[in-house]
Amino acid sequence: MSGARERLGKVLRGLAGWARGAGWRGRPSGLLARERLRLVLVHDRTSTSPGLLEMLREDLIDVISGYMEIDRDGMEVSLSRASDSVMVVASIPVIRVKRQASGVGC
Amino acid sequence: MGEVIVVTSGKGGVGKTTTTANLGMSLALLGHRVALVDADIGLRNLDIVLGLENRIVYDLVDVVEGFCRLKQALIKDKRLDGLSLLPAAQTRDKSAVSPEQMRNICAELAREYDYVLVDSPAGIEQGFRNAAAAARRAIIVSTPEVMAVRDADRVIGLLEAMTIREPELIINRVRPAMVRRGDMMDIDDIIDILAIELLGVVPEDDAMLVSGNRGEPAVLNGSSRAGEAFRHIARRLRGENLPLYDLERPRGVLGRIRRLVGVERG
Repeated sequence: MSGARERLGKVLRGLAGWARGAGWRGRPSGLLARERLRLVLVHDRTSTSPGLLEMLREDLIDVISGYMEIDRDGMEVSLSRASDSVMVVASIPVIRVKRQASGVGC
Repeated sequence: MGEVIVVTSGKGGVGKTTTTANLGMSLALLGHRVALVDADIGLRNLDIVLGLENRIVYDLVDVVEGFCRLKQALIKDKRLDGLSLLPAAQTRDKSAVSPEQMRNICAELAREYDYVLVDSPAGIEQGFRNAAAAARRAIIVSTPEVMAVRDADRVIGLLEAMTIREPELIINRVRPAMVRRGDMMDIDDIIDILAIELLGVVPEDDAMLVSGNRGEPAVLNGSSRAGEAFRHIARRLRGENLPLYDLERPRGVLGRIRRLVGVERG
């Protein structure tokens, strides 16, 4: 019973917080802080600079462009941390696959 | 043999010195013999926080260079039995002491005292390395801000490469009302990100500034909320199995009424 009350309290407090500050100004700044912190720590812990990721992004574009036409503006490359390991996460929207691949290996 | 514990943070201004003073006093209030070592050579402040600045004759560097014996440099706190301060030198710099010398001094102190708390300078250079050299345990102080937590993460990495077993975290200057409305990082999030043991949380408290002005650490002030939190942390530090200090616990009749009607100071 008390569990349900606690949950209800949490929801109400969340709503109150949303109405007071965060709602129309965008996300609560605490969440933003958490996400920025997570990201910067991924770079700190792996000794990689955001600039290095930019270079990787450019190289990925070169390689993939040999096989398919991609949406460069919609492309996202980031590092993400999964418990103990680090992953490179790339999301690359494809516009069109080329009929004739002109990749490096061909 | 006493325990040597370094208090450090990476970032400056998060409350290392205040934490060292308050934890030291709390442990002494609990009946332990406590030595506080100011390792911030050139920028000493622990003496001010403790209100002992007028009693300094010799300092850490004088001991290292053999101008006096360790006992002569130690200042005994007259308010509390068992609490002593080894002040830093103010006119020298971090290179005046080596990690080896710090280890020797702390080992000598640990023979006489139950707890030796070393107040580290900010940064990750030699001053920090000296301060951490003698310690087996480390307390990391952070505030719930991105900048402070990031630096804490760096320091945790460096300490783990030294001889420190699991560092423990104190989150200082927490404002519960801001956390509730989502404008301050959540304690659980910080712990999760840093993957570190939480020793305690301390609320933001105007009384801390006043106690700094007076040279009387807040733990001596019965009505200070932060003081209460530090006394609680000291008990956890010495191994008592206590739950975390509840920042939201209403105090007194007024506090309960405020909570009932939903008006709280933030």
